[in-house]
Amino acid sequence: MTFFLVSSAIKVFVVFNVIMVGVALLTLAERRICAWMQDRLGPNRVGPQGLLQPAADGLKNFLKEETYPAQADRTLFTLAPLISFVPALLTFAVIPFAAPLPTPWGVVPMVVADLPVGFLYILAISSLGVYGIVLAGWSSNNKYSLLGGLRASAQMISYEISMGMSTVAVLLLAGNVTLTRVIAQQQQGGWFIISLTLAFLIFFISALAETNRLPFDLPEAEGELIAGYHTEYSAMKFSMFYIAEYSNMVTASALMATLFFGGWDIPFTHWDDTGDPSVLKTLATLAAFGAKTGFFLFTYIWIRWTLPRFRYDQLMALGWKVLLPLALGYLAVIATAIWYLHAQLGWVYGIPFGLALGAVNLVLVVAVVWWLDRGRIISASTAEVA
Amino acid sequence: MPIGVKVLKRPTRETSYLRATLSGMALTFSHIFRPKVTMQYPEQRATDDWTLSSRWRGTHRMLTDEQGRAKCVACGLCPQICPANCIKLVPGEDENGHRYPLIYEIDEFRCVFCGYCQEVCPEEAIHVGVHYENSEYSRDRFVYDLERLCAQTHPVSTLWDPSDPKGE
Repeated sequence: MTFFLVSSAIKVFVVFNVIMVGVALLTLAERRICAWMQDRLGPNRVGPQGLLQPAADGLKNFLKEETYPAQADRTLFTLAPLISFVPALLTFAVIPFAAPLPTPWGVVPMVVADLPVGFLYILAISSLGVYGIVLAGWSSNNKYSLLGGLRASAQMISYEISMGMSTVAVLLLAGNVTLTRVIAQQQQGGWFIISLTLAFLIFFISALAETNRLPFDLPEAEGELIAGYHTEYSAMKFSMFYIAEYSNMVTASALMATLFFGGWDIPFTHWDDTGDPSVLKTLATLAAFGAKTGFFLFTYIWIRWTLPRFRYDQLMALGWKVLLPLALGYLAVIATAIWYLHAQLGWVYGIPFGLALGAVNLVLVVAVVWWLDRGRIISASTAEVA
Repeated sequence: MPIGVKVLKRPTRETSYLRATLSGMALTFSHIFRPKVTMQYPEQRATDDWTLSSRWRGTHRMLTDEQGRAKCVACGLCPQICPANCIKLVPGEDENGHRYPLIYEIDEFRCVFCGYCQEVCPEEAIHVGVHYENSEYSRDRFVYDLERLCAQTHPVSTLWDPSDPKGE
């Protein structure tokens, strides 16, 4: 028991700090990568390659003045950044980030809390973050902030559904909601990106919308809403929203890596998930997990600096008219396929099972791309240019 | 070089946003590895495609003769033509009848950097300079006196020549 408590406390401390440092570096990465994409250099003055820029920004935010709008609801106004900040960090607790680490006192699973409800916990906590945004918008007593908050909640609700639906397929295959089991299943039968490609695509798009990133950053559309829900915030409270946004990105990326890309699994080898745990295995799998998460974080940034923002009706149309029916239909197809392979043919999940599902997915993806590629979805509401 | 205007045809019918998105992503990705255009200013003051023009009109400089005296003969043309009224000139005359400025001050805050003083000067004494780094710690340091104007070392502006409008 003592061992559990001590190891958990250490893990909480380390994971919290790694995420905070990661978030800080992510803000720098965002600025530098966007600069490179625009043929600029980006912030490179503070420290080598600008590595201390986040520290300088943080310091600046501590020193800035805290402003309160005259008519704001003081309690909620102060509470809102916290409410969006805390769930963003909480979600990472159930994500396993490396192979178990052997210590002289016993083997430590490399996950802060290996909850039996795993994935359900993530769905529950991650949607709490929207309360922070809505309360921020409402308590600011500013119509633009309020609109931003409303948009955030509407968007969150719309995309939460398709996100949940796309992950049902993962749970069907894994047969368990514990994320360690989801990873173990992928280590045996190949990553779910092969057997559930379309689910990944839906999940990916929904995750972009859930984290309020471009092209779905309607809640803070500066052209329309000044800065949306955080218009009235300054100093560290403003910074909290930023940290929340970026930690949500980290969690979503880690989640994509965990659910569809084998988590900390190193591909093409069973060295990492069989045999006795060792420190080397832990470090190697941690690196693999970091690389996968980093790739998705880069994709986030990459997409942000490529695509323009959706119009509001386009956003809603994409969520409700495209992604939701797609996710539901996909679920029906994939459930049937799994049932057929599992109950009729008596296969258990393994490489052939994954490849068979992969073939189904290939057909579905080709069909969906063909359908989307005809451009009816987004251009439907575009006025015909004479 | 005239500014080229790129005319793009807008799609009049349904277009594939999927392909447009992917090609856009490829474009932004390829830009990551392209050479950057940023000029890192304090270390780098000119690049291959950007140098300060020789016609730049910056803070003034008074040219001097071989003896190190200001070329100015205190004719009074520059304060006369100055549209911002920023030049203060008090003329003096020595025992040989040579005129020289007793006081010659330019308030660089009032100055609009039109370059008329340089154009009108018969002795080619006062010039606007090819120079832009003028920070000081107090406002009164921006009234340049004669000594300071003579001590400036930056290149002087060539101004615009009507007979050679493109500077060729």
